[in-house]
Amino acid sequence: MQVNPLEKSRSQVFYEGVHDGIPIALGYFVVSFTLGIAAKNAGLSPFQGFLASLFNNASAGEFAGFSVIAADAPYLEILLITLVANARYMLMSCALSQRMRPGTSLWHRIFVGFDVTDELFGISIARHGLLDPFYCYGAYSVALPGWAFGTLFGVIAGNVLPAMLVSALSVALYGMFLWIIIPPAKRDSIILRLVAVSFAASFLLTHASFAAGISFGTRTILLTVLIAGAGALLFPIKEKKEADHAA
Amino acid sequence: MQHDIYIYLLLMSAMTLAIRILPLVLIRGEIRNTFLRSFLYYVPYVTLAVMTFPSMVEATKSPLSGTAALLVGLGLAWRGASLFCVAATCCIIVFVTELFL
Repeated sequence: MQVNPLEKSRSQVFYEGVHDGIPIALGYFVVSFTLGIAAKNAGLSPFQGFLASLFNNASAGEFAGFSVIAADAPYLEILLITLVANARYMLMSCALSQRMRPGTSLWHRIFVGFDVTDELFGISIARHGLLDPFYCYGAYSVALPGWAFGTLFGVIAGNVLPAMLVSALSVALYGMFLWIIIPPAKRDSIILRLVAVSFAASFLLTHASFAAGISFGTRTILLTVLIAGAGALLFPIKEKKEADHAA
Repeated sequence: MQHDIYIYLLLMSAMTLAIRILPLVLIRGEIRNTFLRSFLYYVPYVTLAVMTFPSMVEATKSPLSGTAALLVGLGLAWRGASLFCVAATCCIIVFVTELFL
């Protein structure tokens, strides 16, 4: 087989992915530890928390899912809330599909898709030219264990921690959400307005007496469809935009 | 608990994996429908905003510490701080605030 000297070998590209994935893995470990606390509160065992994180690697999606489990809500609700909370990965996966070498095998497409997250999408899309699946595999090989074991230890140790520490750690995930939504809101005044409307509407539906029977999951789905739908009607996007920010 | 946690996890994982994998496997061209593209573009921000507030303020022992963390987190994220910095500072703010409450 002829090897182009300018082309990096699979293992070189893989290690580049590992290198870029290490800081992400560390951040994941801390954040998913607090997710483990939420999993524990929802009634999950350490192994169940590990499984959830291994196959989902989605802070908002898992958090929303655990709240559904905690409420013992109908199975349909966990499907809907997961769909809504993780809908952004569909966009990212669409964007990545434009960067795959034509003729990339089905298995490579499946495995690249397996762990599309805000951060891993960010470093993948930041690469120049076509995306080498082995770069993703390198990053996934450290980030995914970081996430899954963080959750595992969170479930085990979360309730051993003093209440004050748990109270403090419980905002880490929300900090991560702010980190995802605020920089794009700063750049795009429409997103800023939608975020402000979402905050206000969510507050209203949480505390208004007429909405007292609406669950967290239903509220999230309802407001997302209404507000994002109104945004898409009022402010349609003309050029192609990417729903990412530099991770 | 009437529902099985493993069934919840199976449904949740199947949905997440379908969301992530199907576009890469199925879409070879570009999405052209403007409404659909705009809707998908706005969805993540609205969902996360709805999930953050007021839940963040109510997750802590005292709403005061949660509010302080929210404000500081907003400010740091606005200034472009890293994920670790925003998440960690929010935690520290809650911890320190609750020391004095």
